[in-house]
Amino acid sequence: MPLCKKRQPSKSKGEKLIKRAPIFYLPLKQKNRGRRGPGPARERGGRVPGGPEEVVSGESLGWAGGRRPRGAGSPGSSSLGLSDPPNLSNLEEFPPVGSVPPGPAGTKPSRRINPTPVSEERSLSKPKTCFTSPPINCVPSAQPSALDTSPWGLGLPPGCRSLQEEREMLRKERSKQLQQSPTPAHPTPESGSPLPSRTGNLTAEPADPARVSSCQRLKLVALVYSSCIAENLVPNLFLELYFVLQLLTARRMVAAKDDDLEPSPGALDPLESPLFQSVHDCVFFAVEVLERQFQVLCYLDKGTLKLLAENERLLCFSPALQGRLRAAYEGSAAKVSLAMPPSAQAVSFQPETDNRANFSSDRAFHTFKKQRDVFYEVLREWEDRHEEPGWDFEKGLGSRIRAMMGQLSAACSHSHFVRLFQKQLLQMCQSPCGAGGTVLGEAPDVLSMLGADKLGRLRRLQERLVAPQSSGGPCPPPTFPGCQGFFRDFILSASSFQFNQHLMDSLSVKIRELNGLALPQHAPSDEDGESDVDWQGERRQFAVVLLSLRLLAKFLGFVAFLPYRGPEPPPTRELQDSILALRSQVPPVLDVLTLLRQGLGARRAVLTVPWLVEFLSFADHIVPLLDYYRRTFSLLRHLHRSLVLSEESGGEMCFLNKLLLLAVLGWLFQIPTVPEDLFFLEEGQLDALEVDTVASEHGLDSMPVVDQQLLYTCCPYIGELRKLLASWVSGSSGRSGGFVRKITPTTTTSLGAQPPQTTQGLQAQLAQAFFHNQPPSLRRTVEFVAERIGSNCVKYIKATLVADLVRQAESLLQEQLVTQGQEGGDPVQLLEILCSQLCPHGAQALAQGREFCQRKSPEAVRALLPEETPAAVLSSAESIAVGLAMEKACVWLSANITALIRREVKAALSRTLRAQGPEPAARGERRGCPRACEHQAPLPSHLISEIKDVLSLAVGPRDPEEGVCPEHLERLLSQLGQTLRCRQLLCPPAEQQLAKCSVELASLLVADQIPILGPPTPHRLDRGQARRLLHVLLALWKDDFQVPVPLQLLLRPRNVGLLADTRPREWDLLLFLLQELVERGLMGRTEIETCLGSLHEAQWPGDFSKELAALFNLFLAEPHVPEPQLRACELVQPNRGTVLAQS
Amino acid sequence: MILTKAQYDEIAQCLVSVPPTRQSLRKLKQRFPSQSQATLLSIFSQEYQKHIKRTHAKHHTSEAIESYYQRYLNGVVKNGAAPVLLELANEVNYAPSLMARIILERFLQEREETPPSKSVINSMLRDPSQIPDGVLANQVYQCIVNDCCYGPLVDCIKHAIGHEHEVLLRDLLLEKNLSFLDEDQLRAKGYDKTPDFILQVPVAVEGHIIHWIESKASFGDECSHHAYLHDQFWSYWNSLS
Repeated sequence: MPLCKKRQPSKSKGEKLIKRAPIFYLPLKQKNRGRRGPGPARERGGRVPGGPEEVVSGESLGWAGGRRPRGAGSPGSSSLGLSDPPNLSNLEEFPPVGSVPPGPAGTKPSRRINPTPVSEERSLSKPKTCFTSPPINCVPSAQPSALDTSPWGLGLPPGCRSLQEEREMLRKERSKQLQQSPTPAHPTPESGSPLPSRTGNLTAEPADPARVSSCQRLKLVALVYSSCIAENLVPNLFLELYFVLQLLTARRMVAAKDDDLEPSPGALDPLESPLFQSVHDCVFFAVEVLERQFQVLCYLDKGTLKLLAENERLLCFSPALQGRLRAAYEGSAAKVSLAMPPSAQAVSFQPETDNRANFSSDRAFHTFKKQRDVFYEVLREWEDRHEEPGWDFEKGLGSRIRAMMGQLSAACSHSHFVRLFQKQLLQMCQSPCGAGGTVLGEAPDVLSMLGADKLGRLRRLQERLVAPQSSGGPCPPPTFPGCQGFFRDFILSASSFQFNQHLMDSLSVKIRELNGLALPQHAPSDEDGESDVDWQGERRQFAVVLLSLRLLAKFLGFVAFLPYRGPEPPPTRELQDSILALRSQVPPVLDVLTLLRQGLGARRAVLTVPWLVEFLSFADHIVPLLDYYRRTFSLLRHLHRSLVLSEESGGEMCFLNKLLLLAVLGWLFQIPTVPEDLFFLEEGQLDALEVDTVASEHGLDSMPVVDQQLLYTCCPYIGELRKLLASWVSGSSGRSGGFVRKITPTTTTSLGAQPPQTTQGLQAQLAQAFFHNQPPSLRRTVEFVAERIGSNCVKYIKATLVADLVRQAESLLQEQLVTQGQEGGDPVQLLEILCSQLCPHGAQALAQGREFCQRKSPEAVRALLPEETPAAVLSSAESIAVGLAMEKACVWLSANITALIRREVKAALSRTLRAQGPEPAARGERRGCPRACEHQAPLPSHLISEIKDVLSLAVGPRDPEEGVCPEHLERLLSQLGQTLRCRQLLCPPAEQQLAKCSVELASLLVADQIPILGPPTPHRLDRGQARRLLHVLLALWKDDFQVPVPLQLLLRPRNVGLLADTRPREWDLLLFLLQELVERGLMGRTEIETCLGSLHEAQWPGDFSKELAALFNLFLAEPHVPEPQLRACELVQPNRGTVLAQS
Repeated sequence: MILTKAQYDEIAQCLVSVPPTRQSLRKLKQRFPSQSQATLLSIFSQEYQKHIKRTHAKHHTSEAIESYYQRYLNGVVKNGAAPVLLELANEVNYAPSLMARIILERFLQEREETPPSKSVINSMLRDPSQIPDGVLANQVYQCIVNDCCYGPLVDCIKHAIGHEHEVLLRDLLLEKNLSFLDEDQLRAKGYDKTPDFILQVPVAVEGHIIHWIESKASFGDECSHHAYLHDQFWSYWNSLS
C-alpha cells in the first residue's frame, strides 16, 4: 500500500494547510464539495486575495457546530476516553477547543477582506495556481494572441472584471479542485475529527503538553512517520516538514459538522479515532517529529532556525529541542539572501564570433546588427513596461519580434541570433546573488549617499519588498520568475520553428559543455585557513555553473516539450498507446539518461541532477511513459531513495549536497505531469540501470560545494517553512499574507555627509563598463590576477605579520615561564593572556595586505596582458585588479585575522609547553655536534646492537669458546663517546637506550661477569682494565650523555645480585664506582644511601647480606677514600660456598 | 644494495624455524659471508616476524599459557640460574621476549589477581629490575638481551635505524640540491598521511618519476612491500602521485 500519493491540485495560493500528509489523512469535509464553494474551513486562509466572506462564515458555522456535541460529552468522545483511560479527565477539558470563544471567534467573525481585483495586471506578482498543480493547459495555445502573461499561462478570460464574476469563478475553481481530491491512501474515518485550523480565530489557542490526548499513540505514529521521512519513503522531504510546521502552528481545532460527529457508540474503534483531537495533539506530534528531524532542521537558514528556536510552543513541549535549536541558530552562519537578479546588461560584441568574417554576406552581417538592435529594443521596452498594469507582452512586442524573426533567413543568422539570445539569457538570469548589481536601479545618486551599511540594509529592505513573498507554497509549479519571463514570452511570441531548433541545439551544447566542466578537484582542507579563500572561490564557481545549467536546462525543457504540451493526459488508452508508439521513435533532444549515468558514476550527481530536474519539470504527460524517460525517472527515484541523510559514512555525499538533491527531486516528484505511481513503483526494477560507481572518491559529491545560499536559490520553496513560522509569530498579520515586520523608515537627508561612498558604486559601474568594451580575456586576466593576488596576500600576511606575532608570543611565553616558575600556569589562561596582547596587532594586517596587493597586482597584470595593450587600458586594468584583490584579501583578513593569530599562537604555545617537557633534566639545552664534527661517528643503532651483544654474552647462555676481548670493550666505549658527541644521527630514544645499556655494562664490569677472550687470564678481566673502563663510562655519563642516565639501576637488587655469583666476591669496584659517582656529582650521597638501604629489603643469602651491610657501613664511614683496595675478605670473612644470587 | 631474488630465497630458506638468537645470526653470517650483518639481520627479522605472525595465536591460548607457566615454575625451582625461559621459548619456537611477556603477564596476574595493564608490563620489560620477583627479573632480562628480533632493545634499535636513515636521506637530498618538504613541514601544512619527504620538484630515477621518498630502513621483501603499499604508498600516490 502506498504510504503517500501525490497531492492533487488543491487551493489557491493562499492555501497554507497541506491537505494530505503521507501517513495521515486530515479528513476533508467532502460532503460540502461541489454544492457549496467553501470547503472545510481550515482550507481558507486569510491570505486568499479576494477570498470571499462565505469562507469565513462557513468556517465559523462548522466550528460552532462541532463544539456542541463535544461539550456535551458525545458518545464519540466518551468512547475515546474509554479507549484511553488516562486521558479521560483531560477529555473532559476538551471542550475548551471551542468553548473559549474569545471575541470575534464566538460571534460571526467580521473579518473584512478587501477583495483584490484579479486581472492580468497582477500577473507577475504571484502565481495564481495552487502549490502543486499548475494547470498547464493554457500555455501552448496556438495563437500567440491568446497568450497569457501569468507565469504558467493560467489566465483568466479577459474581460471578467467585476468582483462578482471573480468570486463566482473562484468558487467554481474551488469546487472543481475539491472534486479532484484524491481518495485517501489511508482512509481515516472522517466523522468527528476536528480539523486543525490555521486561520479561524486570530488569537491562537494555547497548546498545553498536559492536555495531549493520546501520547503513546501519537508518539508511535510520529516514530513511524519520522522513519519514513528519514528513509526517503516520502516523495518530498520539505513538504512533510511543511506539514509538520503547519501542525506546530495550528491555531485552533475546528470540529466537523454535527452529523459527522454522531457515530454509534462503540463503533469508533480506538484505532480509528481521529489522531489529532486538539491543538495539543497537533503540537505534540509536530514536536515529536521535529525532534527526530533535528539534523535537517539545523541545516536550514539562520532565519528559520531563529523562528523555530523562538517558537513558544516548541519551548513548552520540548525545552531540550529548543535548546538544541538555539545552539544551532547561534552557531549558524547560513544567512540566506534571495536577492533579485541584477539589472540587465547587453551582451557585448564578441569579435571571435560576431565580426564580418563569420557571416556569409555583408547583408547578413548588417541584418544581424539590426536584429541585435531590435532585440535589445524589445528587451528594454519589456524592462520598462512589463510591470505596468495593462501591458501585454504579445500585444506590445509580438509583431515586432515576429518581424525580426522573419528576417533571419539564413541558417547562420539563426545561429548567431541564438548565441546572442542564450548569452543574454545567462547574463540576465543566472547570477546567484546580484553582487555588484545596482539596488533599486533608478536612483543611484540617492543610494550612494546612504553609505555601505545603510546600503546593505536597503538591500534587505528591497529584498523584502520586491522578492516574491510567496513562491507559491512549499511545492510550486515550474515558473519563469523575473527576467526569465521575458525569454519565455519571447520564444512563445516568436513561435519560430527554426529559432526553436537552433536554440535547442545551442542549449544542448552549452549544457554538455558546462556539465563536463572540470570543477575543483581538491577538497578544502579544514586544517589550513588560507585555502578557505580559494575554496570560497571554487564554491562560488560551482554555484555559477550549477545555476547556469539549471537555467539552460529549464529553457531546453521548455522548448523541447513545447510542441507536445497539452492540457491533460490523453483520454483513452488507445490514444495514449498510439502517441507512445509515435513518440518513442523520436530521439531525445539531449541524452539525459547517459549524462545522468555518467554523472552518478563520476560522483557528480550534485551538479547533474539539479539541472536534469529542471529539464524534466517541463515534460508533458506522455514523457514519463516513454521507455527512455521512464528509465531516467527510475534512476532518479533510486538515487532519491539512496540519499539517506542520517548516513554519514566517509567519502560519501556531503549533507547539504544530499539535501539539495532531495529538495529538487522531491519537487520533481510533485509536478503534475509526473505520474503519481512513479514514486511508489515496486522496487527491484533497477535492471540495467545499475550505475558504475567505482569511480574516484574525489567526486564533486563528496565536497561541500553546496551551501545554504545555493540551496535556497535553487529551491526557494524551502523558504516557505520560514514564512509559515513567521506568520505564526506575526499573529494578526496572518491575513495579509506573508510575514510582516515593522520597518523603520530611514531618511536620506541626515546621511548626506558621507560623500566618499558615492564613488564606490560608481566605481563598480565604471569597472563594469570598462570590461564591457574590452575583449573577454582582459576581464578574465584581471579577475584571475585579483583572485590569485588576494589569495597570496593572505599567505603573505601569515608568513610575515602572523609569523612575527607568533615569535613575539614565544618570547612573551618564555618570560612568563621565567617569572611564574616552571609551571607557567594554566595553558588556557596563558593563551588568553597572549591573545589579548597580540590580537590587536592583527589590525595591521589590512594595511599590509593592501600594500601587498598594490605592489603585486600591477606586475602580474602587466605580465599577462598582451604587449600592445594601450597604456590607459593597462593602467585601468591594473587598478581594477588592485581593487579587487584588496577587496578579496581584506574581506577575508578582517573576518579571520584574529582567529588565525589565535590558532597560530595556540599552536606555538602547545609547542613551547611540550618542548618544556615533564622532566627538568631533559629541559637543559641540547648541544649539537661540535663545530668541526664530520659526522663520521658510528651509527647509534649499530652501537646499541654491539652493546646488546656484549650484554647477551655476559648474561648467557653462551658457548664455551665465546667471549669478548678487552680491546673490543675499549673500542666500544670510545665509539660510544664519538657517537654521543656527534649528535647528528642520535635521537633521544636511542640515547636513552645507550645510557641504560652503559649502566648495565657497568654493573657487569663491577661484578666481573664479562667473559673475556684471550690468553692472560682467561675469562677474567684484569682489575686495572675494569677500573679503566669504568673511568671511561663515568666520563661519558658526566660529560657526553644529554639524557638522564639511570644510574640508580646500579644499585637495584638484580644488578647488585650479579656480585653474588662471583667467587671470590670483590666489592672494591662497586665501592669505587659509588664513590666516583658521588665525587663527580652524578649521584647524591643520600640517594645512594637510600638505594643501599632499600637493598636490605631484598632476600639475600646470609653471607651476602653481611657483606652488603659491611659495604654500606664502609660507604657511610669513609666518604673520602679515593681508591679503596677492597676485597670481600677484608669486609667480613666470607663464606665461600655456592651462593645463589637471590631468594 | 640490490639483492637478487634467488639470493634472498636462499637466505630465507636457511631461516626456517631457527631461534632468533645471537648464535643463529652468527651461523648465518658464516654461511653467507658476502652479505653484511645488517642485511642478514634485517631479512632474519622479517622472516622471523612472518613466522611469529603465523604462529602467534597458538601460543596465546589459555592452555598454552598455563603449560608454559608450569614448565617455567618447574624449571626455576630446579635451578633458578639456568636459562629456563629462554630455552622454553626456543623449544616451542617462539620469540624469547614474547615468551617473557607471556610468563610475566601470567605471573603478575597470579600475584595481583587482576590482569595487569599493558603499560605496567611494557615498563617492566623495559626495566626488568622493576619485576618484583628476582629470579623472574633475571630470566626476563636474559630473554630480552638474547632476542634479536623482538623486545624493547630491538625496538629501540629499529627506531634508531629508521631515524638514522631519514637523517642520511635528508643529507643526501641536501647534497644533491633537491628541494623537499619533510614530514614535519608536511604535517604543519595539514597533510594527513605523509611520506618522509616530498620532492618539491620531481626527479627521474632510472626512468621513473619520483615525487616522494619514504625511507623504510629495512629489507624490502615482497611481503612487506605489499603491506606498505597497502598501508601507505597508495594513499601517497592518490594524493601526491
